[in-house]
Amino acid sequence: MTDMKTILADEARRIADIARTAGLDFFETRFEVVDFDTMQQIAAYGGFPQRYPHWRFGMEYEKLRKQHVYGLGKIYEMVINNDPCYAYLVADNSLTDQRLVMAHVYAHCDFFKNNYWFSKTNRKMMDEMANHATRVRRHIDRYGFESVERFIDGCISLDNLIDPYVPFMRRTTDPRSMPSADQMSDSRSVERDVVRFETKPYMKNWINPPSNIKKQRDDLMKEKAASRRRLPERPVRDVLQFLIENAPLEDWQADILAIIREEAYYYAPQGQTKIMNEGWATYWHSKLMTTRILTDDEIITYADHHSGTVAMAPGQINPYKIGVELFRDIEDRWNRGRFGKEFEECRSLEEARKWDKKLGLGRDKVFEVRRIHNDVTFIDEFLTPEFVERFKMYQYRYDPTTRRMVVVNRDFEKIKAQLLFMLANHAQPYIYVVDGNYANRGELYMAHKHNGVDLDIKFAAETLKNVQRLWKRPAHLQAQINDEMFLFTFDGNQSQQQRVHADLPRPAHTL
Amino acid sequence: MADRADGLMHERNPAAMSLKIDKDHQRFRQIVKGKIRDDLRRFLTRGELIGKEGKNLISIPVRGVETPHFRYGSNNDGGVGAGEGKPGDPASGGDGSGQAPGGSNPGNHIMEVEVTLDELADILGEELRLPRIKPKGKHTITSERDRYSGIRQTGPESLRHFKRTYRSALRRQLIAGNYDPKNPRIVPIRADRRYRSWKTVLKPQSNAVIVYMMDVSGSMGDEQKELVRLEAFWIDAWLRRNYEGIESRYIVHDVRAAEVDRNTFFHLREDGGTKISSAFKLCRQVLESRYDPQEWNVYVFHFSDGDNSSESDSRECCRMLKEHMLKNINVFGYCQVASAYGSGNFINVIHEHLDNLDNVITSRVNTKDDIYDSIKTFFSKGR
Repeated sequence: MTDMKTILADEARRIADIARTAGLDFFETRFEVVDFDTMQQIAAYGGFPQRYPHWRFGMEYEKLRKQHVYGLGKIYEMVINNDPCYAYLVADNSLTDQRLVMAHVYAHCDFFKNNYWFSKTNRKMMDEMANHATRVRRHIDRYGFESVERFIDGCISLDNLIDPYVPFMRRTTDPRSMPSADQMSDSRSVERDVVRFETKPYMKNWINPPSNIKKQRDDLMKEKAASRRRLPERPVRDVLQFLIENAPLEDWQADILAIIREEAYYYAPQGQTKIMNEGWATYWHSKLMTTRILTDDEIITYADHHSGTVAMAPGQINPYKIGVELFRDIEDRWNRGRFGKEFEECRSLEEARKWDKKLGLGRDKVFEVRRIHNDVTFIDEFLTPEFVERFKMYQYRYDPTTRRMVVVNRDFEKIKAQLLFMLANHAQPYIYVVDGNYANRGELYMAHKHNGVDLDIKFAAETLKNVQRLWKRPAHLQAQINDEMFLFTFDGNQSQQQRVHADLPRPAHTL
Repeated sequence: MADRADGLMHERNPAAMSLKIDKDHQRFRQIVKGKIRDDLRRFLTRGELIGKEGKNLISIPVRGVETPHFRYGSNNDGGVGAGEGKPGDPASGGDGSGQAPGGSNPGNHIMEVEVTLDELADILGEELRLPRIKPKGKHTITSERDRYSGIRQTGPESLRHFKRTYRSALRRQLIAGNYDPKNPRIVPIRADRRYRSWKTVLKPQSNAVIVYMMDVSGSMGDEQKELVRLEAFWIDAWLRRNYEGIESRYIVHDVRAAEVDRNTFFHLREDGGTKISSAFKLCRQVLESRYDPQEWNVYVFHFSDGDNSSESDSRECCRMLKEHMLKNINVFGYCQVASAYGSGNFINVIHEHLDNLDNVITSRVNTKDDIYDSIKTFFSKGR
């Protein structure tokens, strides 16, 4: 007796083999068959069957359920970056859909395994999430549901204050281990930093007067000493880590904050590679399905559902579509040699159109791209004017007079800049801790690095309260609003804001 | 590659899963209700709720449920889209609604949640600290009814649930492996049998009637009517939450009174003078003809701008209330809405004559914001 489960298991094996033959390299992948409601629950939990108790998962669940009820969206696939990779199939989908999902999933899984930005993620996150749940439950048992929940609420409010590049940095300046080793080499490093112009020995005292050298040396020493007293030593974007290390937290609070931070870092690469990851998966499911997997009678169903995934609603851009088309574009360009100095400098349109050096490098190139890029570098490197034109992309802006979004231009550079802006730090503002002992009063001073867009003041004031609750002492946020620099403060009782002026004490660092 | 476990199929037990998210979901609902409570004053003034009934879902915008983050403000309203259009053309799919295309719009921080009117009435009750109404008289006796709503493994054969029995037998045979699809013979054994079981539900048998009376004389404008509509809607919602069966009667009056249906009540625009006693007379007739005070909890609400034609008519009203009506009704509520024309004297007459009676309750509603307090005044005694 062959039931659906056996059929699906056979299919999964067959498609895995096809995918491997095509060059994909993925973790062992386990599929689970779930009903749609379970799927929604798992989706609400961010893909995991176990999370710590928190109402926002319930909120997420309600949203998904409503979407489903109103027919606004249906979750087809879900895959977790883990080794082994876990993926979910919705039980009542047709076999064609399941095949499509499987092919898609294997490509995601290949991306998780091989993309550099995922290389530092915990591959045992399934277990880790379950551990987090247990730890939080234990804290709840000990310290009460409400106090833990309130604390989590505060932490969640800050969970975008991370630095996605931190996992890739080698920490040469761990503030705790530094001092002794650093002091030893202080004089030597100062000596290295002192500016001496190259000179003949007999000119030495005139070109580099000893008094000047001494002054430089003293200044540098002073600065070094001052910077050692600064907390943090340099502006810190990993605000969560800074709080874990320096805020007066109870053990359980530090533990919860660390959990939230770890989960934020786990999800960060998925935010950094949304377009690429979906594009890659779509590129492969379409390639594998149409060349190797589908039977003749499935082609219509497949085409229908595939076009559903990559459809661009009028006016919108769909990451699946942009991603897959960019990958195809790259493959085509490298196959035909449409890149490099020679091609760029070709001024004849006719020649450029026919350009084909039959290099056949496309396949290698797309694999290379999926290994080293993230969305920002992907768009930066591979978005071409021709591509923007082909997909009729435009930049839009809110027009206050008509109170709606209007097309502002179709200029390649502007569109690219706008896209990059939206992708950089996935549309989250850059917030730094610039002083952990502001005005020598133990107050926390944070600063927003302004890059053209203001912070939402209302939200910032609310969020600042949550920062203060962790820091206990007053918390400040410096932010540029309407071209003026403001300082927002919450001291535990009341919020206030003021213009930054010369009489205010200066923080340890400026951005 | 032989040791790879590609395509290993797992089935997750949905029952075990659902429990966990249910807790989070319930907690979320609880938080939402808390937010609604905080904003209740505002919801009470929302006219579009009118017409909803107990189990109807109401979509309510709730502020501040989602956790605040540092995020970009509204001058981030730009993005990249794709499609036709010259510079200056609307960027959305042509509906011009101002909805941002693309996923970059931060949205307006407001979340729509759905609650039933019953839940909303409960929140109203909790927030206003309204006591549950204690129905009067001997008719607070509850009636028992048996409802067949469950399944159990023992019971009389007459209640055997054939389908369930069959299903559990089938399941058992499938698991045991002695089910043959070519020869599907299902033989239930004792343990497979399932029986219907019943639960006794207690139903309070209290009935209530609400008589709404409204002054529709020339001085009652649309604004006043809107206030009455809202006030009446919430009175209705709260009472319906407290009684099983509720009947509503509607009376309008100027110098004459007439009984009308609900729709007419709220939309009728009359003209002319005011004689409140006409309405009270009709109300008395209605109550005496059909609603035995021993059987019914009676609520009478009168809405007016307090401008009666003569002082003597006002006194007549009070007399009528005192002598004939008040002893039979739970609450007489008089709600006076502010009007640009009237003297608004009726409320004073009531105070003068009926002040010592505790089932006479008056309130003034000048703006929509007063509805909150008015409702509280009417029901805080739990009658």
